[in-house]
Amino acid sequence: MSSEPQFFDQPGGVVGKPLVRVEGREKVTGKAKYSAEFPLPGLTYGVLATSTIAKGKIQNIDTTAAAREPGVIAVLTHQNLPKLAKTPNDAAGKKDIGAPMGFLPMTSDEIFYSAQPVAMVVADTLDHAIHAATLVKVTYQAEKPIASFHDSRAELFNPAKVQDGKEDGHKRRGDAKSAFASAPIQLTATYTHPVYNHNPMEPGSTTAHWEAPDRLTVYESTQGVTRTQSSLVAMLGMPREQVRVITKYIGGGFGCKGSTWPHTILTIQAAKAVGRPVKLMLTRKQMFTSMGHREDQSQTVQLGATADGKLTALIHTKVSTTSPWDNYAESNSKIIDLLYATPTFEASYEMARANVMTSTFMRAPGEAPGSFALECSMDDLAARLGVDPIEIRLRNYADHDYSTGQPWSSKSLKQCYARGAELFGWSKRNPKAGATRDGRYLVGMGMASASYPVHNSQGSARARLYADGHAVVQSGATDLGTGTYTVMTQVAADSLGLPMDKVRFELGDTNLPTAPNSGGSVAAGTVSSSVYLAVQDVWQKLIKVAVADKKSPLYKAKPEDVTAEKGRLFLKKDASKGEAFGDLMKRAELTDVEGMAQGKYGPGYESGHSASPAGPGNNTESASAHSMHSFGAHFCEVRVDMDLGTVRVSKWVSVIGAGRILNSQTARSQIIGGAIFGIGSVLMEATERDANYSRYTNADLANYHVPVNADIPDMTVEFVEENDPYINAMGVKGIGEISMVGVAAAVANAVFHATGKRLRDLPLTPDKVMMAGLAS
Amino acid sequence: MNNFAYTQAASTKEAATAAQADKQAAFISGGTSLIDLMKSNIEQHTLLIDLNKLSLLGIENSAAGLRIGALERMSDVGEHPQVVQNYPVVSQALLASASPQLRNMASMGGNLLQRTRCGYFRDTAFPCNKRVPGSGCPAQTGDNRTLAILGGSPSCIATHASDLAVSLVALEAKLTIESPKGQPRTVPLADFYKLPGSTPHIENHLAPGEVITAITIPAAAHARRSHYLKVRDRASYAYALVSAAVGLDVQGGTIRSARVALGGVGTVPWRVPAVEQALVGKSATEDTFRAAAALAVRDASPREHNKFKLELAQRTIVRALLEVAA
Ligand SMILES: Cc1cc2nc3c(=O)[nH]c(=O)nc-3n(C[C@H](O)[C@H](O)[C@H](O)COP(=O)(O)OP(=O)(O)OC[C@H]3O[C@@H](n4cnc5c(N)ncnc54)[C@H](O)[C@@H]3O)c2cc1C
Ligand code: SF4
Repeated sequence: MSSEPQFFDQPGGVVGKPLVRVEGREKVTGKAKYSAEFPLPGLTYGVLATSTIAKGKIQNIDTTAAAREPGVIAVLTHQNLPKLAKTPNDAAGKKDIGAPMGFLPMTSDEIFYSAQPVAMVVADTLDHAIHAATLVKVTYQAEKPIASFHDSRAELFNPAKVQDGKEDGHKRRGDAKSAFASAPIQLTATYTHPVYNHNPMEPGSTTAHWEAPDRLTVYESTQGVTRTQSSLVAMLGMPREQVRVITKYIGGGFGCKGSTWPHTILTIQAAKAVGRPVKLMLTRKQMFTSMGHREDQSQTVQLGATADGKLTALIHTKVSTTSPWDNYAESNSKIIDLLYATPTFEASYEMARANVMTSTFMRAPGEAPGSFALECSMDDLAARLGVDPIEIRLRNYADHDYSTGQPWSSKSLKQCYARGAELFGWSKRNPKAGATRDGRYLVGMGMASASYPVHNSQGSARARLYADGHAVVQSGATDLGTGTYTVMTQVAADSLGLPMDKVRFELGDTNLPTAPNSGGSVAAGTVSSSVYLAVQDVWQKLIKVAVADKKSPLYKAKPEDVTAEKGRLFLKKDASKGEAFGDLMKRAELTDVEGMAQGKYGPGYESGHSASPAGPGNNTESASAHSMHSFGAHFCEVRVDMDLGTVRVSKWVSVIGAGRILNSQTARSQIIGGAIFGIGSVLMEATERDANYSRYTNADLANYHVPVNADIPDMTVEFVEENDPYINAMGVKGIGEISMVGVAAAVANAVFHATGKRLRDLPLTPDKVMMAGLAS
Repeated sequence: MNNFAYTQAASTKEAATAAQADKQAAFISGGTSLIDLMKSNIEQHTLLIDLNKLSLLGIENSAAGLRIGALERMSDVGEHPQVVQNYPVVSQALLASASPQLRNMASMGGNLLQRTRCGYFRDTAFPCNKRVPGSGCPAQTGDNRTLAILGGSPSCIATHASDLAVSLVALEAKLTIESPKGQPRTVPLADFYKLPGSTPHIENHLAPGEVITAITIPAAAHARRSHYLKVRDRASYAYALVSAAVGLDVQGGTIRSARVALGGVGTVPWRVPAVEQALVGKSATEDTFRAAAALAVRDASPREHNKFKLELAQRTIVRALLEVAA
């Protein structure tokens, strides 16, 4: 284990400080170039025409009218699109590509889901392309689609694996069924939610530029340039060096930009076909059917407990809708398995194929819906026994990870409960549900625990320090808009002992050292650790120069006796013996020194083992001595107008323990963003799929409701100080997803406390809340 | 979206004449509704006739009532002190509509002619009798949570989406309409809208070429004491699940006159005279309100997912009445 980089916490350091974004000015002045904003000579515009049916075959595509329109360069369909080296249409291809979907549209005449791309028009202007796309006339041989697992014709099956083969479809720990059967307290409840769509502000976009037949550059809105590159390389059958992917800025992703979806490769193929660069940006409507969604699902939790509220068994079953080709279901059961000291556990998955697109990971995949089910059931247990919701959680506090038997690398959940309760004023909570009024409103307080795994991941970075006192630091990471540019500049600045404005951090390009996808909350930890270690590599190189330099105060010192801090190399034992790097470099006539390193999570992270380029298949979790998770607690107050069914969140507190916090302002923003994401999911979000047509009826932002300012109160966020020496060189766990875990339950528990009604079918719109009151 | 020509009309007559000459033409005011419909290929117009140069402006309050030019923007009317004071229900309905950005663009006339938010209507891949007569109505057995329980037919159950119209129908507002031939006519807004019946694509009694030039609202005690209550899926920027526009004239605890209209439940803005009659002459109490509100949905025919509106409509009326009676 490497020594904790203590100097970050010293006076004058910038790591952890609430600094504004380094790229903020570029963004607000419009200088920041998003992926659809690269002007290329001869650029053309692609627009997709999509299927109006959900199942069947294309009988005929008539492209003559579209092709005749002014400005139209090509109308591409499955009949004339260039062929690929590999498609995901067979299992081997899917695996090699790392594709989320086992089917690529426009490779055959088959229609599997509604709004499936059937043609792409390429034209000289966007307007021409949009209009021509409406003139592509397709006739279909339509069949009746299956819309979801609710469909009476849907066939349920138990998949061996879920979440893209990453998780088992069935898990047992001890004999949960017997333990449940003999438990003095038995609670069984079913929780449901509809389809959710990520809907980042910036839709997916691709600009494909074949600079030569063997040189492709793609400007892509992706959460990971390397992962996108890997998929493209596999599909195109080209060497990695010939495919460059660039993503300088992203307007949010939430998981939907974590994989390579059909529109990307179709645009690349179109660019090849027309011999000019092609830009395609998905429309908002297409965003509902082009980059995955969180699947519609039903979960049943059976909770067995002793008379004093100690869990004896948890049994979880999930039924969900999947696509015609993939067994995708978020693995909700993981968090249910490990959040509490549960001696026995069993989980199983059922799914049905329907004529829908493949679902995919969406912020806290599995943990978000899983925590909703578990944390509502825990709240039920507390209510049943007349015990405070925090107390019931403390009675079941897991002092190690029951799902694996491993000790935690660190866990501050008790502190989160205590601090959250204090900030929120939890002690004022009336123990009785449905008993607190403020005028017309029923007032309720709810809470829930949060946890999110620290995924094993690795990345690399390069640091180049110049003798004149500035530095360029690079890593092929992506900044989802959450602050990667800023926090990495902070880490580099402190590691180098330079002011922020002397450090430039570059990212988002496959020509840079590879980094993992910004997903699964791994970016902050791996990339900051890579940056930190790359700078250490710089220092090691300079120390070697110093100890060999007769004019250096460090001449003939043993390299291991020398250290670097604040831009100065000195003897560990005698700090007065040393010199500034600039003096050394000038004397040695070095204009710059470059360091490289790999940062990774888990045991041995400090060794800087080299990693093959990040990509599908090599980010498997390795067995490790510790179970690594972040934890937190959310507290919510709601005001419910029971007559009209409206629920308003009136107070919010989140307290999170997630290792080192790199920037308290961008971190706070992430927690707020995640909490609002969760509030949307519990109160209003729903993509409505028509049961007869298997097509969405509210695929726009007027009718797919996400919270607006008026829905959100002032929010309080705090982080518990946490030093985790096991996770990575920087001790950073990541916070992008834990921010939303448990949020839905905290709100639903507050609604229960306000009204005495337990609502388990999301979202909790006024119709459901009002009708629940009526049912009393 | 198809290609179209654009012209700016210098006078109402010019606009009306141009529109009459081209069956595929449309007027454009704020464009917040029309452009959306064109972009989604729901409406195809060959010519857009811009009304914004016309002098259809003015918010004039007199003893007789309020006159609002059709081109006045929703935000200007909603925030106008005379409207806020004398016609609170209109101000509140406007300010509970859409978003500030949209209200700054959108005109009063355009608002009354906005089209339904029914998801099937808004997506050309679906059949829809309103969009393509005779193609069918998937909403009857589909996603109808937000659709109408009153005034529907087997052909269509689309909800009328305007909040403003609900408040205006409650206050017996009239439209001034000019045709190419000259003489302006006035029509009570309540008679302006058509029930879907078997022709849901015909939504109102506006003849080709006719321009809405003004809205007039008669002054009344129940207008001064009025309120708009909108229940929706989020706190702001959402269409009504159910809304109620109410006005009461209460003297000495007795209701002298009452106006009640519902939004979010009807295929047209839905005034409920039976409820009004049940209120008049009674004391302004919650019991009175409840008994009267029950009459609002007597003729309702809900579908699978919008049954909740039966109850919610009554409660919304009661709450709105309590608000003005307080
Ligand atoms: C996201 C969103 C949310 C919304 N939410 C709400 C809401 O909550 N409540 C609500 O009530 N509304 C809502 N609206 C609708 C909005 O109020 C209307 O779009 C707006 O009022 C239309 O006015 P406009 O001037 O832009 O009309 P335009 O788009 O210019 O025109 C609309 C129609 O009216 C015709 N027209 C316009 N002016 C005249 C005239 N003087 N004479 C004859 N015909 C005319 C046009 O030809 C066209 O057919 C929302 C709209 C959007 C996009
Ligand atoms: S309710 Fe009306 S608008 Fe909606 S689908 Fe049916 S016909 Fe079309």
